[in-house]
Amino acid sequence: MSFKYPGVSPGIAMPSRRRFVQGLATGGALAGLGLWPQTGWAQQSRKMPVLRGTEFDLSVGETLVNYTGQTRPAVTINGTLPGPLLRWKEGTTVTLRVRNDLPRGSIHGPDTSIHWHGLVLPANMDGVPGMSFDGIRPGESYLYRFDVKQAGTYWYHSHSGFQEQGGMYGPLVIDPAGPDPIASDRDFVVMLSDWTDMDPAKLFARLKKMASHDNVYQRTVGDFMRDAERKGMPATVADRRMWGQMRMTPSDLSDVNGQTYTYLLNGTAALGNWTGVFAPGDKVRLRLINGSAMTYFDVRIPGLKLTVVAADGQPVHPVTVDEIRIGAAETYDVIVQPGGQEAYTVFAQDSARTGYVSGTLAVREGLRAPIPPLDPRPIMSMADMGHGDMQTGHDMGAMASTQPAAAADPHAGHAMPGTPPPPSADPHGGHAMGTGAGAMSGMGHGAGGMQTHPASETNNPLVDMQTMAPTPKLDDPGIGLRDNGRRVLTYADLRSNFADPDGRDPARTVELHLTGHMEKFAWSFDGLKFAQAEPLRMTYGERLRIVLVNDTMMSHPIHLHGMWSDVEDADGNFQVRKHTVDMPPGSKRSYRVRADALGRWAYHCHLFFHMESGMFREVRVEE
Amino acid sequence: MRLILPIGIVFALAAPSPARAQHEGHVMTPTEPAATTTEQKPPPAKPAETPRPLAVDHSTMDHSKMEGMDHSKMEPPEVTGIDHSNMEGMDHSKMDHAPSTSATPIPLVTQADREAAFPAVHTHHEHGTSVNSYWLLDRLEVSDTDDGTTLGWEALAWLGGDIQRVWLRSEGESVDSRIEHGDVEVLYGRSVRAWWDVLAGVRQDVGEGPSRTWAAFGVQGLAPYKFELAATAYLGQGGRTALRAEAEYDTLLTNRLILQWRAEGNAYSKADPLAGIGSGLSTVEFGARLRFEVTRQFAPYIGIEHDRAFGNTADFRRNAGHGVADTRVVAGVRVWF
Repeated sequence: MSFKYPGVSPGIAMPSRRRFVQGLATGGALAGLGLWPQTGWAQQSRKMPVLRGTEFDLSVGETLVNYTGQTRPAVTINGTLPGPLLRWKEGTTVTLRVRNDLPRGSIHGPDTSIHWHGLVLPANMDGVPGMSFDGIRPGESYLYRFDVKQAGTYWYHSHSGFQEQGGMYGPLVIDPAGPDPIASDRDFVVMLSDWTDMDPAKLFARLKKMASHDNVYQRTVGDFMRDAERKGMPATVADRRMWGQMRMTPSDLSDVNGQTYTYLLNGTAALGNWTGVFAPGDKVRLRLINGSAMTYFDVRIPGLKLTVVAADGQPVHPVTVDEIRIGAAETYDVIVQPGGQEAYTVFAQDSARTGYVSGTLAVREGLRAPIPPLDPRPIMSMADMGHGDMQTGHDMGAMASTQPAAAADPHAGHAMPGTPPPPSADPHGGHAMGTGAGAMSGMGHGAGGMQTHPASETNNPLVDMQTMAPTPKLDDPGIGLRDNGRRVLTYADLRSNFADPDGRDPARTVELHLTGHMEKFAWSFDGLKFAQAEPLRMTYGERLRIVLVNDTMMSHPIHLHGMWSDVEDADGNFQVRKHTVDMPPGSKRSYRVRADALGRWAYHCHLFFHMESGMFREVRVEE
Repeated sequence: MRLILPIGIVFALAAPSPARAQHEGHVMTPTEPAATTTEQKPPPAKPAETPRPLAVDHSTMDHSKMEGMDHSKMEPPEVTGIDHSNMEGMDHSKMDHAPSTSATPIPLVTQADREAAFPAVHTHHEHGTSVNSYWLLDRLEVSDTDDGTTLGWEALAWLGGDIQRVWLRSEGESVDSRIEHGDVEVLYGRSVRAWWDVLAGVRQDVGEGPSRTWAAFGVQGLAPYKFELAATAYLGQGGRTALRAEAEYDTLLTNRLILQWRAEGNAYSKADPLAGIGSGLSTVEFGARLRFEVTRQFAPYIGIEHDRAFGNTADFRRNAGHGVADTRVVAGVRVWF
């Protein structure tokens, strides 16, 4: 065993055969590289380390892990993946000394940072290098100190380089100042994430070379024959024509999937079987956190109902479901009441059905329940992409609006006879914004009306698609979850259990489009990458509405730092407070923002490589 | 010569200069928002916004009793136009007319807040500026021809960002480790539309014929139905011009077993006897290659290649004792990194 691992300092013994196998079985971190608090080849405890109180010392370093049979360096906090569970109390002031102990030459270095996801705090505590501070250089520390003004389930992660994909994330739980209104007998963090043995920078480079690398589920000649037999030749040909016109594939559900990733639950692969122990009759609170870089998970526990009591840390009116789709960076608190079975499988499959991670809730360690098979892989429809409910057989020639011939007027020929015009014959003739349609709140356009697009998208080589008739889709379970026989949580189910904390109507509306180019793997807002775009400016104290329109065929979890995103219902009323707003393809959603945090804030897609390729804006709140 | 017309059209479509310049001065009122700020008129009373009876004030409802309700099953009633009669039952007094001040006070800003909000930052935040590269050996193949074992190649690479890239292209053939004919191109490429790049650069011919240097102007991209197209016009010394057009298409028999169709045509304005080239359409190649992607990046293949010479080029071939057309079996690998 004399081969060399990148980034591992010399003089560290390689794991023995026995440890190697153990590592694979439990999927845990193999070692802390001489970093506090772990030394030597201690195997990570399957119980997540917990740090409580108001003073914390965190060390960012490199740790060898083995999830696949290959030992690879991860970037970790205090030597564990995920980092320790930080448990704070609302109303206290926390102090965190974060030290950069990454070894020289680490693939994850050199600088680091920690961003406290979903927390309301001063801008210089937000942990975004180049905006909130300069980042933490090797051997240096940064002192975070701020008042904890909220309670609930959150998480933290690096905002430097590719470290978030490399393992640098952890759960953050803030107990309320008073008694917790959400009573439970057990309280478990269930942090989902995606691990790759690849150097994350190389994974990004690979996406740029061949974005469809992981899409090994494209439709083949055989599929064509089968479809032709089932749906008839004309319908099949028409369907292939539509997708062919767009140069896209309906199996393109995620950019990076189980072909590349090993999915983790609390830092443990499925084989390791993370287990939460309950006593029969216990009320168990699960704090679901999606800490993955690029993965949407569909989570369920066969045999148990999930009662959602909080979303993104903020309490909601309880709603009971069978299954939850959790976008990257979102959190949900659910209550389950196991009983009747000794063991239940916590099953989280990726939204493209290419892999899963599972754990177990059981009355004691070592038990397992059956693991369900992956659901069938869904195929996207034109309606999924906001192109209306197209009948097959329409001439789609004019649809690909970025096609040169149609470029002069991107909307020529976009009248889609198949799009059902909702309320009246003239769907939105008089609904131009600002002509008394203010009450429409920029939303509520229902399933019709042609969507306009920013001029910066026109003829833009970075925009490969524009949605034509986006809708809020709040009550849509999502692609692959409709009619699956289970009650699936939708955004329409989420209602904050408090009234709009601000109450004012937004004084202005900012519309931003989520744009991208699949082949180039270039992502942006309004066709402008971060480097090309001016900051989105807000005035301190103002209340505004952000309307997002998804002009891509991907889902995007959009995260605004420093301020809440108060999601509106389809009628423009306050509905639920979130820090990360999921935007499925073909959707148009709005939320209210109260600009009550001075400073420069990151605003971005939380799919890590989308952010990295430019789907990022600065929000600047000034007096 | 027929080739020229379609190529000309492709040029006309792709030649316009970068997108934004083209639209300067256009007044696109509804879509203008570059930093997209739409001032809204003061919101009218809420009833106008929602002609649907559904839009009751939720704050007056006890949502805790609604757990059993499946909102997704609720269908908005058919409303034609704005039907005010639907709203008669609504109690307007219960609707919270939006206040002008926040329900939760907005803290006054202190000097300490200002300092914390805008710390001195010396590093620059960057996303979307990465420089990448792609190296593809699309064909590296051997075939048994009359002249001996022939090694054919076609390679492509790009380096750069999302819009501007340096492209390298090369193709050719060598027989018994001697390059018979081939060329290397270095081009600057710029994306002008989502799927189309325009290119300009130089081409150097290598091999047994005259080693000519050409200025190259081209377009390449992905046509609807995922046809990969490239067309390039070449200007050489002494008023020589040439055209090359190439198309590729992948048929997925499975996700690993892929049939690649390929066609290429070459045309020249002047005969070049030393290179065995006549004027007009000179050669056309068709190929079908069945590859198995052992990994995405490494795929061996076998295939059939057919090429045919036309016009004076055919005459040159006949005079040299070669056939005008040739069909052969090829075996090779496709690799990218």
